[in-house]
Amino acid sequence: MRDLGADTLFAGQLVAEGLQLQRNGKRLLDIPRLELTGPGPTLILGPNGAGKSLLLRCLHGLIRPDAGTIRQDGQVLNAGHRAGQAMVFQTPVLLRRSVAGNLDYVLRRRGLNRAARRDRIAALLDEGGLTGKDRQAARSLSGGEAQRLAILRALATDPRILFLDEPTSALDPAATKAIEAMVLRAASRGTRIIMVSHDIGQARRLGHDIVLMQAGGIAEQGLAALFFETPATRVARQFLTGELLV
Amino acid sequence: MQDFSQEFITAMRLILTGDANLWEIVLLSLQVSIMAVLIAAIIGLPVGAALAVGRFPGRRGLIVLLNALMGLPPVVVGLLVYLALSRSGPLGVLELLYTPTAMIIAQVILVTPIIAALTRQTVQTLDAEYSEQLRSLGVSRLGSVPTLLWDGRVALLTALLAGFGRAIAEVGAVIIVGGNINHVSRVMTTSIALETSKGNLALALALGSILICIAVLVTAGLSLLGSRTSVQEMHHA
Repeated sequence: MRDLGADTLFAGQLVAEGLQLQRNGKRLLDIPRLELTGPGPTLILGPNGAGKSLLLRCLHGLIRPDAGTIRQDGQVLNAGHRAGQAMVFQTPVLLRRSVAGNLDYVLRRRGLNRAARRDRIAALLDEGGLTGKDRQAARSLSGGEAQRLAILRALATDPRILFLDEPTSALDPAATKAIEAMVLRAASRGTRIIMVSHDIGQARRLGHDIVLMQAGGIAEQGLAALFFETPATRVARQFLTGELLV
Repeated sequence: MQDFSQEFITAMRLILTGDANLWEIVLLSLQVSIMAVLIAAIIGLPVGAALAVGRFPGRRGLIVLLNALMGLPPVVVGLLVYLALSRSGPLGVLELLYTPTAMIIAQVILVTPIIAALTRQTVQTLDAEYSEQLRSLGVSRLGSVPTLLWDGRVALLTALLAGFGRAIAEVGAVIIVGGNINHVSRVMTTSIALETSKGNLALALALGSILICIAVLVTAGLSLLGSRTSVQEMHHA
């Protein structure tokens, strides 16, 4: 395990110990210890089937692992922690309402009054470049706009940790650039970003630290600069040189 | 042939001149069927949603039973309601036999499985799509039901219209429990059957024309809602 630059304590630190997940007799996750204690963004890389999305779901509490413990800021992950987390999926799941309606759904749940919701929605739409589309049916947005709305809806919860599961995998470079800018702005405001990607270029652009997964385990973890310049493991070197990992 | 033409002209005259007897029958039909669909919706929507999102022993069997009940034979339902409401039946004391209320009860029994089964299907499909996202937003399984019902509103409205279509066109059950009594329990379908047997084709044709118009409007409504949903899905794809 390499230095993660975690000299300072950041809110939203996650530590997983003895994490195991098995389905139909097949071991899908086997992670003795994983520390996500730096400021982020943390980019989780790896080939298809490495367990990246499963790990994200376990960390977010959507999947209960068969064994192991996940701690956030020193405490076992609980409902209170999960309320401070949000997740954006590879395919955005938008409610069958307007663009503003999708944001209002979250803000209403948080108990904001009508005026506060209206102001917040305007600010969020501005943040995501969706101003003027508030009354448009959310499901009629383009792929990039839909994913931006999904991220805005997640940000509307003011999450301490934002999980992103390959949010740009189906998008063109322009849409990807817009989403990466949103992610970096959220990170600069103090939201801990943990993002799955299979795009090495994206990991270079966004990552503070990198987790490389293979076959349900952690192959290598470290600061992005070190990971890309001097990968410590053969798997990481193969991955970075574009060799096929299975 | 000329006689039928004359009957048809008379039928149109009955409709256009606002014949009191004709419109009384139409109004009672609409009252009975709309009331039946409303009650069936109050029962069927939550039952369908519970079967969609709930996880309990016997759920699968209940879904199979619900789907099977969609094909209930109306005359058998009519017979069962008749037995229950007849003077010697368990609910005979209520004296509801041969009243519009008895007809509503029979139609509720016929329509509720349709609404519940279609609701279950709609909500379950939406739940498969929304489940992780809603949990991520902190919404509980139970708390997700209003969201799923609201977001499935177009499909659920289709279910209600399908239920209404079944109710308004139904004859077997309502003729048994309603008795087809003039000015009391005579609805369009039972009147058409009676007037045809009496040779009063003009009234039967007038009622038939209105019933066809209602059926066409319901079908058009279903198609319109279906195409709106398809367009939305297409945009999303």
